[in-house]
Amino acid sequence: MRLGFILGEIWTGLRRNLSMAISVILVTMVSVFLLGLGMLAQRQADTMKGYWYDRIQVSIYMCTEGAPQPNCNEQAATDDQKATIESQLKAMPEVDQVFREDAQEAFDRFREQFRNSPIADTVQVGDIPESFRVKLKDPTKFAVVSSQFEGAPGVASVQDQEKVLKKFFQIINGVTVFALGLASLMAVCAALLMATTIRQAAFVRRREISIMRLVGASNRFIQTPFILEGVFAALIGSVLAGLAIVGIVQFFVQGYLTTALQSTTTLVGLGDALVVVPILVVVGAALAAASAGVAISRYLKV
Amino acid sequence: MIRFDHVTKRYAPGAAPALDDVSLEIARGEFAFVVGKSGSGKSTLMRIALREQMPTDGEVMVAGHELRQMSSRQVPRLRREMGAVFQDFRLLPGKTVTQNVAFALQVIGKPRHAIRTLVPETLEMVGLADKGKRLPHELSGGEQQRVAIARAVVNKPQILLADEPTGNLDPATSLDIVQLLDRINRTGTTIVMATHDSAIVNEMRRRVVELQEGRVVRDVAEGTYTPERTTAEPASQDKPEAPVSWEPEPEEDFDPSAGYEGGA
Repeated sequence: MRLGFILGEIWTGLRRNLSMAISVILVTMVSVFLLGLGMLAQRQADTMKGYWYDRIQVSIYMCTEGAPQPNCNEQAATDDQKATIESQLKAMPEVDQVFREDAQEAFDRFREQFRNSPIADTVQVGDIPESFRVKLKDPTKFAVVSSQFEGAPGVASVQDQEKVLKKFFQIINGVTVFALGLASLMAVCAALLMATTIRQAAFVRRREISIMRLVGASNRFIQTPFILEGVFAALIGSVLAGLAIVGIVQFFVQGYLTTALQSTTTLVGLGDALVVVPILVVVGAALAAASAGVAISRYLKV
Repeated sequence: MIRFDHVTKRYAPGAAPALDDVSLEIARGEFAFVVGKSGSGKSTLMRIALREQMPTDGEVMVAGHELRQMSSRQVPRLRREMGAVFQDFRLLPGKTVTQNVAFALQVIGKPRHAIRTLVPETLEMVGLADKGKRLPHELSGGEQQRVAIARAVVNKPQILLADEPTGNLDPATSLDIVQLLDRINRTGTTIVMATHDSAIVNEMRRRVVELQEGRVVRDVAEGTYTPERTTAEPASQDKPEAPVSWEPEPEEDFDPSAGYEGGA
């Protein structure tokens, strides 16, 4: 009896106040969606960290013709120099593995990565430096390798991959902060909108409410439909946001980005999205319940 | 059943009190009229008994509840033991007669089967058994008030408060309504009715409590609307502006119905 009655009241309330309900749904959706993006970005960062740390820690770039580094004297590294570097690397106890990427491979990879960009047509074999990708037994021993090969003949630069990644992670963190900032701003909007909606709904139903009070309905009974109404609208918004997140991962990240970036990196997958979505739904509902509760204690004093 | 003990109510600090040191006891099963001019404190008395308002001072006891010490969480329990009807009926316009009465039970969580028997039973009692599917605007004022009464008593309250229930009704219908209240009273429900309607008070001959400027000035069993001594005098019913010899303060607001005697 009670449940059916309350559900009926919720439905009537939402229908009567449809435009407000829709705006609550949309604002919640945007807010929760941004939160989801932030969480996905973090998961992306974690995925990449794992991926990169498993592979390369140090890249030693060899000189190319006309390379700007002073060590190169605008000369390309000779085969002797390359061989020396490679054998020295292999002799080092700190080094786990060495991959050599020759000029042709570097060129191919570059062309592939930038195939949608006009820059790909202007580069030639030899423009992209040949490099040694070194995997260390202990990724923190970067300085040992770096100090030995920095300035060696034919070496243009030694890069700690972690440093490059750090910059990348900083960008991802920036994106996360931005997304979460926007998400909390939208959450404030959602809460205020919810309060206004409830105030309006309480006004529309003031006759019913006054009768309920008169005949002795409990405060909880009077307030529950309003809270559920808010939670219900927010749930719809959160579920829509969850679908959008899944859609983005499925069709944009997996469908487009993965082919666009080829295998240079791993990206978040559906599994990540499915972890994020339930959190979003719970957060959305909790946000709604909290703001509805506050609004009711202000506008529905019994 | 209802006890007011030196109750004072001021709506604003320093303002003249709406109720001024009112002490009053209404026993279980009693039927009492509260009479007095507009602004004499009748409605305030009703609202305090319903705990829609708190007294500024004094103790109020209703159906065994000490209202001043009652927390707001307990108020619903008090109101389930009371029914209330008003001059403006307060029916929900979108609901049928049956739904209006059932609403009062649904919102306090009565099981469906109880509602199914109680509602038709109560509608039968108020004489609206065949109008259950009507909407309030399809009913006459008297019928609407019957619906409101049905809603007030469907949960079988111990007390029924009626705040000018006949204020919007013609004299014949008013009498029907009060006779309905009288029947409800005979089943054991305590009834307090605030009214302006001298004809009804004089017809019913029940206890009369008269308020004047927030004070109880008269409390008699089987009373009339105005003190008995004046009923012997000729009533000045047609010319309110004319000087009234027995009225000590002629410049006071004059309620035309107040001088109307023995209308029934």
